[in-house]
Amino acid sequence: MRTFGYAPADDVASAVSLLATAPGGTYLAGGTNLVDLMKLGVATPDVLVDINRLPLHEVTRLPGGGLRIGAGVRNSELAAHPEVRRSYPVLSQALLAGASGQLRNMATTGGNLLQRTRCRYFMDATKPCNKRAPGSGCPARTGDHRNLAVLGASEHCVATHPSDMAVALAALGATVRVAGPDGERDIPVTELHRLPGDTPQVDTVLRHGELITSVDLPELEVARVSAYRKARDRASYAFAVGSVAAAVHAEDGVVHDVRLAFGAVAHRPWRAYAAEQALLGRPATRDSFLAAADAELAAAEPLRDNAFKVTLIRNLVAATLARLTGAGR
Amino acid sequence: MDLVVNGVEHALDLDPRTTLLDALREHLHLTGAKKGCDHGQCGACTVLLDGRRVNSCLILAISQQGVPVTTVEGLGTEREPHPVQQGFLDHDGFQCGYCTPGQICSAVGMLDEVARGWPSAVTRDGDDGPLDDAEIRERMSGNLCRCGAYANIVPAIAQAAGR
Ligand SMILES: Cc1cc2nc3c(=O)[nH]c(=O)nc-3n(C[C@H](O)[C@H](O)[C@H](O)COP(=O)(O)OP(=O)(O)OC[C@H]3O[C@@H](n4cnc5c(N)ncnc54)[C@H](O)[C@@H]3O)c2cc1C
Ligand code: SF4
Ligand code: FES
Ligand code: FES
Repeated sequence: MRTFGYAPADDVASAVSLLATAPGGTYLAGGTNLVDLMKLGVATPDVLVDINRLPLHEVTRLPGGGLRIGAGVRNSELAAHPEVRRSYPVLSQALLAGASGQLRNMATTGGNLLQRTRCRYFMDATKPCNKRAPGSGCPARTGDHRNLAVLGASEHCVATHPSDMAVALAALGATVRVAGPDGERDIPVTELHRLPGDTPQVDTVLRHGELITSVDLPELEVARVSAYRKARDRASYAFAVGSVAAAVHAEDGVVHDVRLAFGAVAHRPWRAYAAEQALLGRPATRDSFLAAADAELAAAEPLRDNAFKVTLIRNLVAATLARLTGAGR
Repeated sequence: MDLVVNGVEHALDLDPRTTLLDALREHLHLTGAKKGCDHGQCGACTVLLDGRRVNSCLILAISQQGVPVTTVEGLGTEREPHPVQQGFLDHDGFQCGYCTPGQICSAVGMLDEVARGWPSAVTRDGDDGPLDDAEIRERMSGNLCRCGAYANIVPAIAQAAGR
């Protein structure tokens, strides 16, 4: 591990100014991804601005309805929060489907969103990788890509974003609040992560020194009937190979409102707008759920070894919506 | 650096790169917590940080100054083992023992999470019954055992949970 300066910050303003003056530095939250990547020589910050003492550890109600989740709230606490369990079950379930009890106790809302891909070449500093070493190539395209992207990838990078939580946040239409050297701004969570294009080294739209301060959830009636379904290679403590976050409101057998997002299929949590459009006003049946999934997955461009993900997501969509609506049981 | 481990304060002069696990094992000679994978993937290094179970291999010691750390050495004594330790003894919850300190610290933290009403991925709504085997397995999935002693670890923890 390369050595670094350690700078604990006590408030948002000092954290932002500490990092603004350290071009090679980064924020330290729970450290469960960053410290790992530092050990691997993949992340080489020369300054760590520790943000754990910032007053960003609360979940509060927003005046107009909805919840504000501080960036420092631990994944375990967020998953157990009574209001989250009641009003946004998909978020609680997504968090509990991720990592382990120990990791969730350290992992934060901000850090979870900004965790990096688990692509094996990215995590191996001895291998070429356009994301880690721009221009060095992408061995995953012809190599091990079984768990990489089927949607929105480019010839330069086929990495996936590995977070479960982010998939639920995308379905819920959450907003990421950011403070930076040039002030504050709000970013829809669906626009936080970029597609790789020809600059896969840039994961998100955040600029250097920008700090996530909170994630805001809108008040959302449809979210009360919602669920997260994750497929993985073992029963627990494994990253997704495909996942679906869904919220649906059906009445008299007709879909009145629906939110869908897919995980482990793209460089960002994939909000399935085309599938949502295809479902609105349609009968809440297995056939329409499958047709909606197909509308979204028509754009899929699977690689040699990951075409199974298209079928997997299709089936997860149908199974999750069927369970939530009670259709076709 | 000032670390507070098992109720004792230690002033240490450490490289900022030192993980909490290495500080405990190499510098404080508390070798209960084990280094399995060193990447958050096995749970052998589990300790309690301010009462919460965490993987000490992914934590920088410098970031935890003054925060109470409890290792397996701080849980019970030979005469009076912690109920979780007693459960492992009564049920033979180990073979080689390498994963055991991590399993024990994890189970202690896990039982506290249950007491606080925290759900797991297999908890169904309104499910306040006793901690069944499926719950124990899911909540303990962050601790791998290469010897496969799971069949005895589950009843060891069930006993400590009062089942
Ligand atoms: C073995 C293992 C299994 C895992 N399994 C899963 C899984 O199944 N599902 C899943 O979703 N995740 C999984 N994870 C990943 C885990 O969820 C992430 O490591 C964790 O959420 C990261 O949060 P953190 O607070 O520790 O972030 P850190 O490691 O502290 O930070 C990550 C990145 O975010 C930046 N950052 C952090 N907070 C902020 C902020 N507020 N503003 C700006 N930048 C910030 C940091 O600079 C860093 O670049 C697993 C991890 C491990 C090690
Ligand atoms: S898929 Fe992306 S992260 Fe993986 S090797 Fe290719 S460029 Fe690197
Ligand atoms: S040594 Fe820390 S999780 Fe394996
Ligand atoms: S008892 Fe040997 S690894 Fe668990």
